[in-house]
Amino acid sequence: MAFIDIKNLQKTYIGAGGHQVDALKGLDLEVEEGVFLGIMGQSGSGKSTLLSILGGLCHPTAGMVMVDGIDLYALDQEKLADFRREYLGFVFQSFNLVPYLTALENVMLPLAVKKMPAAEKRGQALRVLGLVGLGDRGGHLPSQLSGGEQERVAIARALVNRPPLLLADEPTGSLDTATSAEIMALLRELNEDGQTIVMVTHNVENQGFFDRILVLRDGQTASTDASTIPLITNHA
Amino acid sequence: MNLRTIALNNLRRRKSRMAFLVAGLLIGVATVVALLSLTQSLTMEAEHKLESFGANILITPKSDELSLSYGGITLGGLSLDAKEIREQDLTRIESIPNSRNIAAVAPKVLGAVRVGTSRVMLMGVDPRSEFRVKGWWSLDGRRMASDDELVAGSRAAGRLGLNTGSTLMVDGNPFTVAGLLRETGSQDDDLLITTLPAAQRLLHKEGTVSLVEVAALCGDCPVSDMVDQISAALPGGKVSAIQQVVKTRIHALEQFKAFSFGVAVVVLFIGAMVVFVTMMASVNERTREIGIFRALGFRRSHIVSLILMEAVTVSLLAGFLGFLSGMGVTRLLLPWLAQGHSHLVWSPALAGGSLLLAVLVGAAASFYPALRASRMDPSEALRAI
Repeated sequence: MAFIDIKNLQKTYIGAGGHQVDALKGLDLEVEEGVFLGIMGQSGSGKSTLLSILGGLCHPTAGMVMVDGIDLYALDQEKLADFRREYLGFVFQSFNLVPYLTALENVMLPLAVKKMPAAEKRGQALRVLGLVGLGDRGGHLPSQLSGGEQERVAIARALVNRPPLLLADEPTGSLDTATSAEIMALLRELNEDGQTIVMVTHNVENQGFFDRILVLRDGQTASTDASTIPLITNHA
Repeated sequence: MNLRTIALNNLRRRKSRMAFLVAGLLIGVATVVALLSLTQSLTMEAEHKLESFGANILITPKSDELSLSYGGITLGGLSLDAKEIREQDLTRIESIPNSRNIAAVAPKVLGAVRVGTSRVMLMGVDPRSEFRVKGWWSLDGRRMASDDELVAGSRAAGRLGLNTGSTLMVDGNPFTVAGLLRETGSQDDDLLITTLPAAQRLLHKEGTVSLVEVAALCGDCPVSDMVDQISAALPGGKVSAIQQVVKTRIHALEQFKAFSFGVAVVVLFIGAMVVFVTMMASVNERTREIGIFRALGFRRSHIVSLILMEAVTVSLLAGFLGFLSGMGVTRLLLPWLAQGHSHLVWSPALAGGSLLLAVLVGAAASFYPALRASRMDPSEALRAI
């Protein structure tokens, strides 16, 4: 069984103006463990919706999402929260660091509700901060860090729990070209160490970092690069 | 790093909001503490008075007739059979079993005298015991020191045109006004008050008294026992206990307590509303943050705990400061409200109660905002980013 197994995924919601929006129109997706998958497409193509559903944040209208054999939407809300804590690391487009916590405390956030010694939490957080090259910046507040450093803190926070799956939504969206390249290189490095990553991006310059690419248009499969394997079939 | 760290960091960061929350609850708790501690101090003062003067006992001549006096209106001439109390018999009061509880025995002789063309009520008293029993009497001038001096009640002085140092003829006998009694609102305002021997001589009632007030220091002995003991000692006297003054004051305090309770409930409700509105605003403002927490795997219960932890921390601070503020207000107001000896009562129960009250109100008012935060859809919250 694939590490990620999505079948006939549909998502419909009522958009602004009261009309129905079909964000996803029946997708199948299988991703093996250790893959760096890039989901690409224009705004409104459904890529962020797909990531939200994969992250257990947004219930699909229909379909099934399995991660490591777990049927996500068969879980109740609290179990789904536990799943996010234990299985997933999130990297958001706008960093989403908590402004009143230091970099180190932000990285420790996913451990805050875990029963483990404080020293162990701190050690684990310092280790991943070192991994993203910010070992000496742990005491700084987000406002005292550059955009690239904040993104690294966000990546460290996503990794601190050693999650089997890392989800990244436009992690380079608000960074300059040089910093974007650094972040992509870091993600690639993590992937080469065995980390499964699903990343949403609209930046075609990032496509060289991915093992696979999924291109969406209007909630459906769009044409893909000839060198990539088609990963989605349209049921709609 | 745990939920407590996050809660404390958030409170440190949002100082103005936290100050507003603390102020809202503090005012409520301080009001409750001030009202309760004031009531407690005033009640203790009233009880102290009750202990000092509560078993005031009135001894009047025994009469075979029913009383023909009510509300200050007496049907004159119908109490002629009333017997006088012999002054020498009063020493028997000192021999009753509870004599150690007696603080003062204040005999009085009463009768009408003529001053110029006016008829006035003259009262002869033992100045030392009388002024002890009438703690509320206040004089311009001084007490009478000899048998040719008197103190005039405020209305009598006004009617007769008397001032301190004035001289007047009472039934043809010269008297000097040693002092003027400030208005008491009682029948005392109509009196001329002199020494017992002088009044007895003028009224031709040597060796007798009209009535006796006994002030007893009786916090624990039954008043009825003392009444019985004095009745036995003075067979010619009608002995009854009077506690109305202090009882009325205690009744007023009971009403004040009820009023305080009502005010406290209203103020606390307003405090709770301040907390509720502020916490709701805080939750709305923190949509993004709560979305992140939820995305990172915080359960709903973790979000509720986080918000309530903040509320309880703020409430404890507000409870502590509210207790101190309330006691401060009481300390300022007590001298103005208390009529006599009173002191601030530092009650550990009140301190604990104010902390508990603050926490209960703070937590109750924050519960719905916390629940609302926990129910926030993480995808909606993150979409708001």
